[in-house]
Amino acid sequence: MANTPEELSYTKDHEWVRVKGEQATVGITDHAQKELGDVVYVELPKMGDKFESAEPFGSVESVKAVSEIYMPLSGTVVEVNGALNDTPEKVNEDPYGEGWMVVLQLENPSQVDALLTAAEYEDYIKEEASE
Amino acid sequence: MLKRTPLYEAHVSIGARMVDFAGWEMPVQYSGPIPEHMAVREAAGLFDVSHMGEIEIVGAGALDLVQKLTTNDVAKLEDNQVQYSALTNTGGGVIDDLLVYRINEEYFLLVVNASNSDKDFAWIREHAEGTELGVHDTSHGYALMALQGPRSERILQGLTDHMLDRIPYYWSQQVSVDGVSCRVSRTGYTGEDGFEIFCNPEKAMHVWNRLLVTGQEFGLLPCGLAARNTTRLEAAYRLWGNDMDETTTPLEAGLGWVVKPGKGEFIGREALQSQKREGLRRKLVGFEVLDRAPARDGYPIIVNGVEASRVSSGSPAPYLKKNIGMAYMPMEHSAVGTGFSVLVRGREVPARTVEMPFYKREKRFD
Repeated sequence: MANTPEELSYTKDHEWVRVKGEQATVGITDHAQKELGDVVYVELPKMGDKFESAEPFGSVESVKAVSEIYMPLSGTVVEVNGALNDTPEKVNEDPYGEGWMVVLQLENPSQVDALLTAAEYEDYIKEEASE
Repeated sequence: MLKRTPLYEAHVSIGARMVDFAGWEMPVQYSGPIPEHMAVREAAGLFDVSHMGEIEIVGAGALDLVQKLTTNDVAKLEDNQVQYSALTNTGGGVIDDLLVYRINEEYFLLVVNASNSDKDFAWIREHAEGTELGVHDTSHGYALMALQGPRSERILQGLTDHMLDRIPYYWSQQVSVDGVSCRVSRTGYTGEDGFEIFCNPEKAMHVWNRLLVTGQEFGLLPCGLAARNTTRLEAAYRLWGNDMDETTTPLEAGLGWVVKPGKGEFIGREALQSQKREGLRRKLVGFEVLDRAPARDGYPIIVNGVEASRVSSGSPAPYLKKNIGMAYMPMEHSAVGTGFSVLVRGREVPARTVEMPFYKREKRFD
């Protein structure tokens, strides 16, 4: 069973968001990393890059496949987890901690309200699995 | 409707992830591509490859027909010997690559790619017209498992009295495996020692399960198509459809060693001889990516700012811990050490041609 922390927000593309004031940390969920398998490469944007919500901002690769990752919210990248370049396995080992990907300066913090709660995301995963 | 192998239930019952491969519902992974790949390199792995096609040619003149259809010299084979070869068209293009088993002079078994099985069968039938030969698609008559890795012999030896060390590389024998009559050949597609085991589909579950149980203490893992692809790529085995097809010749694919024009007439011989005489204009090379971004199948290859080719096969290599691949390159850019770029999602990533195979097993005595 995938771990889905209560205090985070989620997308249907399997990203998580931790909002602090006008900034948000973004990563991929425990469910997503399990589906992907061992992560061997993470491609992330540069500091200062601007994204609209739902825009692809990078990719996560396993041996077998490349998966795009999507911006949960609109904003500007103010921090990038450069450590993932050398230790992409952190995405598997600690998806909500050391496996974080970027920090965004939010354009419109109220967009957070449109994201899924932990309970909603868990329901969504179940629905997806039963399809 | 996807086809299922006789081992389908076994895969599902141990939680394999199943995918569509060439019309077959096949396991792509069980525990994961990396642990499965490492098991093959360091212990052993068991693959279901029952989707492969089997075509049998039976009767007086079987040898002559196989000789006419394939590029390698079948006359060199003794009974029970196996040979890697290619079926080529008149232009020398590769219709398929295959293993040729000489059971005896009047009985040959060809093991072909699942995706080409029907096409190959039609091609062979067409060329057997007017002869008394029997050409049979016996794919449904066999389950096929590949037991691969340095501990394969010890594992299989636990299930048979037949002295397996007397089956040399690229030979086969009829062997009783836990009471089931199997054709066991010392062949494979991983770059490791190992066996391919043909048996009656009704007995496949028994053999599969007994191998997994016997192999447990040796670190044997069931392995899926993902590990099959990465192990074959490290060993630089070409994959039909990626690294060669009907528009590329065995010479361009670096398989000149299976082309034997000296043996006499065969389909494609003239085209291959003239290509050899005139010299190749491109050839398949191996490369390493000098970046953490993997090069994947189909990614563009850039030389001096211009797209010169595409990656035919590319993947992270779990044992070598590098990103490797193969591609057809113009001869002037094919020498080992030549640098070029691979276009990875709009970014030019540096790469360099290297010797193939990427991985070569050491002689081991464990």
